[in-house]
Amino acid sequence: MGHNEPVGLYRDDAVVLRTQKLGEADRIITLLTRRNGRVRAVAKGIRRTSSKFGARLEPATHVDVQLYLGRSLDIITQVETRDVFGERLRRDYGSYTMGSAMLETAERLTAEEREPALRLYLLLVGALRALVERRHDPRLVFDAFALRALANAGYQPALGECARCGAPGPHRWFSVAGGGTVCSTCRPAGAASPSAEAIDVLRALLVGDWATADASESAVRREASGLTAAYLQWHLEHGLRSLRLVEQG
Amino acid sequence: MYEGVVQDLIDELGKLPGIGPKSAQRIAFHLLGVDADQVRRLAEVLLQVKERVRFCTVCGNVAEADRCRICTDPRRDASVLCVVEEPKDVIAIERTREFHGRYHVLGGAISPIDGIGPEDLRIRELLQRLADGAVKELIIATDPNLEGEATATYLARIVAPLGVRVTRLASGLPVGGDLEYADEVTLGRALEGRRALDV
Repeated sequence: MGHNEPVGLYRDDAVVLRTQKLGEADRIITLLTRRNGRVRAVAKGIRRTSSKFGARLEPATHVDVQLYLGRSLDIITQVETRDVFGERLRRDYGSYTMGSAMLETAERLTAEEREPALRLYLLLVGALRALVERRHDPRLVFDAFALRALANAGYQPALGECARCGAPGPHRWFSVAGGGTVCSTCRPAGAASPSAEAIDVLRALLVGDWATADASESAVRREASGLTAAYLQWHLEHGLRSLRLVEQG
Repeated sequence: MYEGVVQDLIDELGKLPGIGPKSAQRIAFHLLGVDADQVRRLAEVLLQVKERVRFCTVCGNVAEADRCRICTDPRRDASVLCVVEEPKDVIAIERTREFHGRYHVLGGAISPIDGIGPEDLRIRELLQRLADGAVKELIIATDPNLEGEATATYLARIVAPLGVRVTRLASGLPVGGDLEYADEVTLGRALEGRRALDV
């Protein structure tokens, strides 16, 4: 910390995950920051049309923010925009619901406030950028984000070997509760039997092999998406509210 | 702690939004000091508002009858419909005295993260109102934030096949402010929606 820096003031890069109304004209802004993990802070007077914050603290905006340490909630003092992902998401309803699902996933995967989550932050910024630039099918972008975010949280699914006994694959069964692909001996009741192509897509998304993912057929993508959604919801314990509104391609 | 009914009054007032324990106490003692008539009037209004006020069956605005004052007014232009999120937005637009059409209150905006989808809003009722072809223009006046904008995009998409002209309230610089303080999104929209000056 520099000698002239006031105590209690800090600055960070962040993505706005969620906003909630507070009192007459304020909002509580939930941020996923680069260095400080998930932070909840108050933006005073933001709902007034004359607010200095303007549209800078709308969900999915990537910002450079200055905050003042508060007792329970921090106070946002200044904001500069880095990328206005939200402004571009709003033009397409499908991307908006997908982006919302990403923000909710990021919020839910950061259980503790202020626990550093640099990798998740970088994944989210990359995923939002890929979504607005329409480099790939939006559904694939969401699935890649969800799988990598889960892997980062310690829930990487097995996509080859058996998740229970470790027997080398490929195996034709997939168990959401069991942690990925399972062999016929370990297969629990209710395990799905997805196509080998769907598992290939999941593996490609997990390692960032976009050539394979982009070349996949739409039916295979739907299958892969279904598995990802089920796997994500299982590990988040409570269902993801925004996933219900994501439009099926 | 005060005794009996005084404490009950403070407790009840303290349940209102924005009223903390100190404010509740101040209001309670104010009420103790004023005329009985004034207090009776307040109590009557509180009861009446619960008994008489309901939501208009046509537009969803607050009303004292089956249909609200605006929906029953024959002087209002039935060919223009303005879609807003909440009844308080109707009042905000009425204050401009610029709009002479009718309203449709959605009851919120689409917000996936809060679990609010299109079926949770009064969108089906809106489509029913548009079905007879009497409405020629639909003005979407949802809040200019991400949820409001996405709701506008969604409405424009589902209304398009009906052949109704869909417009959106303009976004831009607030009157009375300094340009240098405008954020990128607002300034960008102001540039996008710029107009020729008629001299």
